[in-house]
Amino acid sequence: MKQFYIFVKKEWLHIWRDRRTLFILFWMPIVQIVLYGFALTNEVKNAKIAVLDQSSDPATTAIIQEINASRYFDVIRYLHSYEDIGRTFRQGRIRLAVVFPVAFRYDLLHSHHAQIQLIADASDPNTANTLTNYATAIIQDYQQSLNPNQALPYEIKTQVRMLYNPELNGAYNFVPGVMALVLMLVCAMMTSIAIVREKELGTMEVILVSPLKPFRIILAKTVPYLLVSMLNIASILLLSVYVLGVPITGNLGLLVGESILFTITSLSIGILISNSAKTQQVAMFTSMMSLFLPTLLFSGFLFPVENMPWPLQVISNVVPAKWYYIIIKSVMIKGLGFSYVWKETLILAGMTLLLLGISINRFKIRLA
Amino acid sequence: MRTLLFLLQKELLQISRDPAIIVILFVMPMIQLLILPLAADYEIKNINLAVVDHDHSSYSRHLIEKIKSSGYFRLTDYSPGYNQALRAVERDKADLVMEIPASFETNLVRDNQATLFIAINAINGVKAGLGGAYIQGIIQNYNGEVRELWDQYPAFDPEPVIAVTFSDWYNPHMNYYMFMVPGILVMLVTMIGSSFAANNIVREKEMGTMEQINVSPIRKTHFILGKLIPFWMLALMVLSVGLLIARLVYGIVPLGSYFTIYAFASIYLLAILGLGLLLSTYAQTQQQSMLVSFFITMIFNLLSGLYTPIESMPAWAQVITRLNPVSYFIEVMRMVVLKGSSLADVRFQILAVLGFAVFFNGWAILNYKKRSA
Repeated sequence: MKQFYIFVKKEWLHIWRDRRTLFILFWMPIVQIVLYGFALTNEVKNAKIAVLDQSSDPATTAIIQEINASRYFDVIRYLHSYEDIGRTFRQGRIRLAVVFPVAFRYDLLHSHHAQIQLIADASDPNTANTLTNYATAIIQDYQQSLNPNQALPYEIKTQVRMLYNPELNGAYNFVPGVMALVLMLVCAMMTSIAIVREKELGTMEVILVSPLKPFRIILAKTVPYLLVSMLNIASILLLSVYVLGVPITGNLGLLVGESILFTITSLSIGILISNSAKTQQVAMFTSMMSLFLPTLLFSGFLFPVENMPWPLQVISNVVPAKWYYIIIKSVMIKGLGFSYVWKETLILAGMTLLLLGISINRFKIRLA
Repeated sequence: MRTLLFLLQKELLQISRDPAIIVILFVMPMIQLLILPLAADYEIKNINLAVVDHDHSSYSRHLIEKIKSSGYFRLTDYSPGYNQALRAVERDKADLVMEIPASFETNLVRDNQATLFIAINAINGVKAGLGGAYIQGIIQNYNGEVRELWDQYPAFDPEPVIAVTFSDWYNPHMNYYMFMVPGILVMLVTMIGSSFAANNIVREKEMGTMEQINVSPIRKTHFILGKLIPFWMLALMVLSVGLLIARLVYGIVPLGSYFTIYAFASIYLLAILGLGLLLSTYAQTQQQSMLVSFFITMIFNLLSGLYTPIESMPAWAQVITRLNPVSYFIEVMRMVVLKGSSLADVRFQILAVLGFAVFFNGWAILNYKKRSA
């Protein structure tokens, strides 16, 4: 036990005395949480649009004003010909063009039928869909304001309630995902070079001739990083609540416990990578390429997992961040208890044991 | 000039004799390019619906049928009460609950009015918003059918109607690959370019070979160029393989010319590699340089408009995206591939990345010191 303690101390000093790295490890998660928490949102607002008004009458002016006044649109350009539309799109300036035909108001008043054309830049399909939906709604509102006192018979009314997030705040969805992403990457990258660094610098030999068992060596490498990670968890949670305004509705103890479990999972991934890699460069590239994108894509906070083809849905089950994301959403935002997340917790714990087991098994006490 | 050639030879040999690096450089990005676009689908469909039907009338059944057959919703839960349905939402088995009150049909037919209750899991605001809009659209549609059944409209409609027509340009089939593949390719090229460059000089420092270089008659500029050019060539090769995959696998043929893409990429890579080299002149260990370069690439990637629209970000974050070379390349790539923009259309973006290239590389050369601290 004393050996083990000394070894942990050695590892701790490695981290503690490298102030620059420590500084990076502490500030990186903080900057990321704040940046992504505020900036990542898939709400559509302030979309830049252009108007081609060939009629220029009171009706078209009113509609353009309505559109410009909504928070979804920003009319940045008034075009003069149909050809301008293509040019403005090609320069990447606008997302949507609204085209009013000649004699719009005349048609509306006399033949009771007028047309508006919406041209969307569909290179981003979802934004295009959302924007045309919004614009149509605004135009329909205007149309209803033309004939206000019209009571409809046989009306089905709907009462809609938004659960958990009544203001449709984007942060509720993104913050748990960002937490998973940042914790995963920081922890895995930190440890991924822990063992391989000793190999590359030649100090591995010293460790291998020491009486420590592989199991202890690996554990001793993990413990100091776990301490750093706990600091990170604390800072991340504080930021989410006080800066990003995502409340913790569930049990704080449960949330912290689950976060520590997830951190250990991430650390063990790093250890496994470190064990298999020959150079620090390879270790870090592996952890970066094989962790960043899968975590980003398969955790489910950017892209809905249920939309993916089934082989990818199967793959997504292997990504620890997916389970952590589900846990965080349930505990932090829905305010559910352990009885709702025990399955996910068990999966994470199982993954951790498996990863550590493989690392210990594959740890070679002989130099190649 | 000859010094530079020798340096290039040294670097290329170092890279080509490390098989792990070659695998990381080519195989991993390609696998990602093959898998990731399949996963990156934002389309809102398959919304899980829980229905609580207290009415059990032919009207309520008809409405449920109509919602089920719309293609957007999957009926996953049919509960006797609202609380049970809410439990399904808590367990993520349902995204949306529709409660049909008892005597829904009677109220509608006799009192001219009936109310449905809808609760939506709004943690994902966009999904909740679109899901709510879809279901209300279907209900309104159904409402129209009921009305037609009971009510006689006058033959001539006296109310003015504005018809809205849509055109979806540049991606009429609303295909997500067209949007994501070019962007993901940019991200892969960036990640490879910047982190390799960032690591390279530090590696020489850590290995101790830096000292040999410092005592040799190599000029600072030559040294930096010698590091820059090999990675520049490698990254362009990765880009080419990626474009080939985009064409063969996803059938994406740029509307604009390949020349525009390569012209822009060559300048862009100088900027990205310069940034990597700059970092590695500051870092002392590979751990430091990798952590920082990785941190920066992550920010660059996530704030580049690849995943979430730039217009939706707060103003200060939009300023950051203007200082982010990746956002320019993603913008240009999408413009050239999808809209057929020409070099003239992207001249502003070219100037911007040119500025970055000069800035980062200049700083890197200034900061590289032959004296060890």
